[in-house]
Amino acid sequence: MTHRTAEEIGRTETGPRPLPPLGVQRPPTGLSHVDTVLGSGLRVIAVRAATVPMVELRLRIPFAGTDSRHSALSEVLAETLLTGTERRDRIAVDTDLALVGSELDVNVDPERLALGGSVLASGLDTLLEVLADALTGAAYRPDEVARERDRLVERIAMARSQPSVIAREALQKQRYGDHPFTREMPEASDVAAVVADDVRALHRKAVLPKGSVLVLVGDVDPDAVVSTVDTALSGWRSDASALELPALPEVAGGDLLVVQRPGAVQSQLRLSAQAVPRTDARYPALQLANLTFGGFFSSRLVENIREDKGYTYHARSYLEFTPSGATLLIDADTASEVTAAALWEMRYELGRLGLVPPDGVEVDTVRQYAIGSLLTGLASQGGLASHLAALAPLGLGVGWLAAHPERLRAVTGEQVAEAALEFFAPTKFTGVVVGDADKLSGLRGLGGVVLP
Amino acid sequence: MNVAQNAGLHRYTLPNGLRVVLAPDSTTPVVGVSVHYDVGFRSEPEGRTGFAHLFEHLMFQGSESLEKLAHFRHVQSSGGTFNGSTHPDYTDYFEVLPSAGLERALFLEADRMRAPKITEENLRNQVDVVKEEIRLNVLNRPYGGFPWILLPPVLYTTFPNAHNGYGDFTELEQASLDDCAAFFDSYYAPGNAVLTVAGDLDVDNAMALIERHFGDVPARPVPQRPSFAEPPPAGEVRGEHADPHAPLPALAVGYRVPDPVSELDGYLAHLVLASVLADGDGSRLQQRLVHREPLVTDVSAGCGLFGPFEARDPDTFTVTAVHAPDVTPERVLGALDEELDKLAGEPPSTEELAKVTGRWASMLHKEHDRITSRTLGLGASELLYGKPELLYELPGRMSTVTAEAVSVAAKSLRPDSRAVLTITPAGGAA
Repeated sequence: MTHRTAEEIGRTETGPRPLPPLGVQRPPTGLSHVDTVLGSGLRVIAVRAATVPMVELRLRIPFAGTDSRHSALSEVLAETLLTGTERRDRIAVDTDLALVGSELDVNVDPERLALGGSVLASGLDTLLEVLADALTGAAYRPDEVARERDRLVERIAMARSQPSVIAREALQKQRYGDHPFTREMPEASDVAAVVADDVRALHRKAVLPKGSVLVLVGDVDPDAVVSTVDTALSGWRSDASALELPALPEVAGGDLLVVQRPGAVQSQLRLSAQAVPRTDARYPALQLANLTFGGFFSSRLVENIREDKGYTYHARSYLEFTPSGATLLIDADTASEVTAAALWEMRYELGRLGLVPPDGVEVDTVRQYAIGSLLTGLASQGGLASHLAALAPLGLGVGWLAAHPERLRAVTGEQVAEAALEFFAPTKFTGVVVGDADKLSGLRGLGGVVLP
Repeated sequence: MNVAQNAGLHRYTLPNGLRVVLAPDSTTPVVGVSVHYDVGFRSEPEGRTGFAHLFEHLMFQGSESLEKLAHFRHVQSSGGTFNGSTHPDYTDYFEVLPSAGLERALFLEADRMRAPKITEENLRNQVDVVKEEIRLNVLNRPYGGFPWILLPPVLYTTFPNAHNGYGDFTELEQASLDDCAAFFDSYYAPGNAVLTVAGDLDVDNAMALIERHFGDVPARPVPQRPSFAEPPPAGEVRGEHADPHAPLPALAVGYRVPDPVSELDGYLAHLVLASVLADGDGSRLQQRLVHREPLVTDVSAGCGLFGPFEARDPDTFTVTAVHAPDVTPERVLGALDEELDKLAGEPPSTEELAKVTGRWASMLHKEHDRITSRTLGLGASELLYGKPELLYELPGRMSTVTAEAVSVAAKSLRPDSRAVLTITPAGGAA
């Protein structure tokens, strides 16, 4: 078959056409919700969003610990919390949940124990009953603990072979030294020493309602569901409060550390600097400055190192939040040969953001994106539940989310420029480069990098 | 215009052949727009592995009315998100935006359907970007391409089914502008595509906007769709892959399944079987292989190399497992065969089926609730089945799969007609 040339394909007789204007945006309907604290000290946020006959559940329990074995113990606890109670064995837990179309997962990090799942709305009582059973009566049978412990050791080995995990661990150490926040993945030897009694003791001490938050979003009546939760979880009580992670030290700028990974064909660049949390008056401007830098596809960083130079498939910058603060992170993965060049462009864009701050068009673009992506992000039950669970540790809720578009509309260009200069100065960043150091000698020429 | 309505969906075809699916739903003020083209990596030419995916990248690089980068900027400055992905039998593109951006999304999709601007400079840039994507997702990580790249060359013998859809670096580098022009003219005709709009829309207004932007995309010949059929393996075929980054050995077992389109009921029985085998702690393989014996760290089973309903015939049933070094692949295979034999001899219980049905109903509701997956699911159902409402009928169809049908499916997964791929850690390097 004959075909046209690429040039012929890219042209029509009528020529280029104008971009149509935006239509009129219908606002989201207000969310009917209840945000309350039960007698046990558990905060419950219940929101009606009846788009499908489902309910999304998120439970966040502050779960800090200073014991050097805390990470190992809490990982085993997370893996075994749903493997049986006095009344149910592992299979019964799975069967009861599956029959009402429910999934429930547990994971833990240095900051919190998180349970997340969903259920057909008609089966919510069953999900709450299984949840209550586990929270008040998880049995941690020795055989289940032993098996999950062994699997965890294998999974840790798997995870530590991932370049992204190697980079994250190195970055945490570079930013925070030996702070408990860095213990995101336990040592295999610590996990291997965990026994069932340890896990039971940790559960008694740390799986607590006071200070925790439960988010339910879906086809529910918020008032009714709060009283259902109150009854279902009535046995989950304690005078003690769940333990928050101590405040983190500020991230200080400094040299990037090169971490040797022989044979790597690609390097992980990970940079970080101190930022401010959502409760800070500067946050909306910081959010827009971050979008301009690397927070979405049409950002300066992505347009430079991906779309112009082809150094990377994946580059981004984003904010990471902890209960006490926030940091900026910049990620890019690049071929070894262009790693130094990519870092150079990254530093150039950091400097340029402060010196040549975004103009009116750039600010409008990121503002629209921030407002629009919040709207689409909240349009599903799961998205809304996860947003609320993330805001909850700051004491924020539905009201903050509803008011945030207005906050973004009020940000001025000057405020974005100030945030750019304050938070994105190249000297404020520290970080790591994971890769084959033998192929990264170009970094020496840049300076500000420590090679092995 | 003849507009067919069913299950709240509106379905019609423009004179240029473009099929349209509208799915109005005003519960949230957002809208999804997608275009599915009936070409995937099974159709790319020999000597040009990875071309369909590379071409997907080029469709974002500008068109007659849009300079390079403009597509991204217009979607994002409208508050929206976008992406594209290449599958065995189709390539999809989508935007999800606040509903005020509907006309813009239609304009952007129409402009690149009518006149994409493909230049040598953008081609070379995107070859570099795709190579970085492959380094990130395959070459520089453990279990990269497992099993979607590594299993097909063991199970299949013909180029379309067996080759690597991400592509070989040398072949990607050889891609020329003329290859791009030929590919576009062959496969990206409006008559070879489906446009889907779902979410906050007014049907009459959406039809008028679609006519305005897509109505004058000229009709072009639509290629005859080839059959990719090939016989199943005549025995057990084996393959081995040494993975320099993997810490533990792994294996993937691949079987052929009934034609997902013409034998849908048989295909669904295999999907239920996959869940009975490996979904949840109570499933057969999880119980036995992960907990009781235990032989493996993790096990999973499913239809389709990327999930079900993403390909026409031939499609693949896979079982994958990661296991300890002292466990031989033969032990895992032996246990798998015993479990399949049990199910072939005695159908699963009513309770096992009820569990599968419950979880599938939930999963499909959740996918429906996410506008991206709803839009893409409707488009793929129209493209592959000519029936977008199939997406809504699936929970019901899944719940009518009988225990006997699952038993028959288990019986069809025979050791003498399958592929076994083993992954051996070949590290040194962490």
